[in-house]
Amino acid sequence: MKFLCVECDQQMAFAERALPGDGTLAATFKCPKCGRVVAMLTNPMETQLVASLGVEIGGRTVPAEPFEMVRTFVTDGRPDGQTATPSWSVDAQERLARVPSFVRGMVKRIYADYAKERGITEITPAIMDTARAELGLEGM
Amino acid sequence: MRTYHQLTDPDRSGLGDQIGAQRKRVAERLAAVRRIVAVMSGKGGVGKSYVTAHLARALARGGRGVGVLDADLNGPTIPGLLQVPHTAQPPAIGLDGVKCISMGHFLDEGAPLAFKGPAAESFVWRGAMEASALREFLGDVEWGSLDVLLLDLPPGMQRYSELCDILGNAPAVLTVTIPTPESRDAVRRAMRAAVEHGSELLGIVENMVGGELKGSAGDDLAAEFGTPVVARVPWHPTPETWNRLAAQL
Repeated sequence: MKFLCVECDQQMAFAERALPGDGTLAATFKCPKCGRVVAMLTNPMETQLVASLGVEIGGRTVPAEPFEMVRTFVTDGRPDGQTATPSWSVDAQERLARVPSFVRGMVKRIYADYAKERGITEITPAIMDTARAELGLEGM
Repeated sequence: MRTYHQLTDPDRSGLGDQIGAQRKRVAERLAAVRRIVAVMSGKGGVGKSYVTAHLARALARGGRGVGVLDADLNGPTIPGLLQVPHTAQPPAIGLDGVKCISMGHFLDEGAPLAFKGPAAESFVWRGAMEASALREFLGDVEWGSLDVLLLDLPPGMQRYSELCDILGNAPAVLTVTIPTPESRDAVRRAMRAAVEHGSELLGIVENMVGGELKGSAGDDLAAEFGTPVVARVPWHPTPETWNRLAAQL
């Protein structure tokens, strides 16, 4: 995978790899000529596919541990992808508290289901915004 | 717009090199294994794991260094057949000194194989995860010097194909069938695939002979593929049954 700065017609150089949360893999690339930086973001399914190959975007810095993939990804018996109930950040809890009480339980369950389906372990206001946009829950 | 190969600076990720390093790790690990034999069928319920475990034990009793890789990731039975403690670290040592690796070592008792990850569309990545687990089993177990490594394959051909890709060549194959025509037809497909991949056919084990199961699958397949029936295993085999089979490998 290579990135081209179209304006400079220059190959961009890998700069950094990060796991910012909610199953996203971020890799940044910088144009050595103009200094422009772009970030490639993978969705959780794409991140999982990369992980399943046992490779690392940006290159490996340390050799793989024995049974690294198996020990990291094999679960304790839950069905594929299902994780424990996600936690709520303080900000997200405050936002949820502002939802009218008579629908709060339903709204909480919707966000929790959204997070569980995507392997998200912590619900933050950003996750809530994304869920609202994706699920058409404007106003919740 | 330029193409990938027109950008000549190295790709820092080097995914191709990382895959190459994985292959090298497998090759180096298996360099001390004299012979790799895949026990396969293409048909479920014919006793592949049972045959594999008892063949391994017979080979070990005959003084050979033997390992078993349980490639049935979703239904691991080798630890039970070799009476390996659930908590044993791979390679575990089972009955008669047979070494083994199995997904059973990594799962809680009775738990199904499942992976962490996004639940939505898990079918997209699950197969890749299983192939990666097989690669780790092949590349990460410190077998030491072995005369024979038996690979106990699940029903179907997917794992066999993955195995050929990971090994970089097609392993020798020992085929297991039961006498019925239904088994013969399913096993025929598997044997054809094995031949097309270039596997050496070591022979056919006809299992569950002498009971209610009627047919001549062993002889039919032997004639069709020009490979011998190396064992006919009755419902209640004795150690001698397995010793005779081991002597032919």
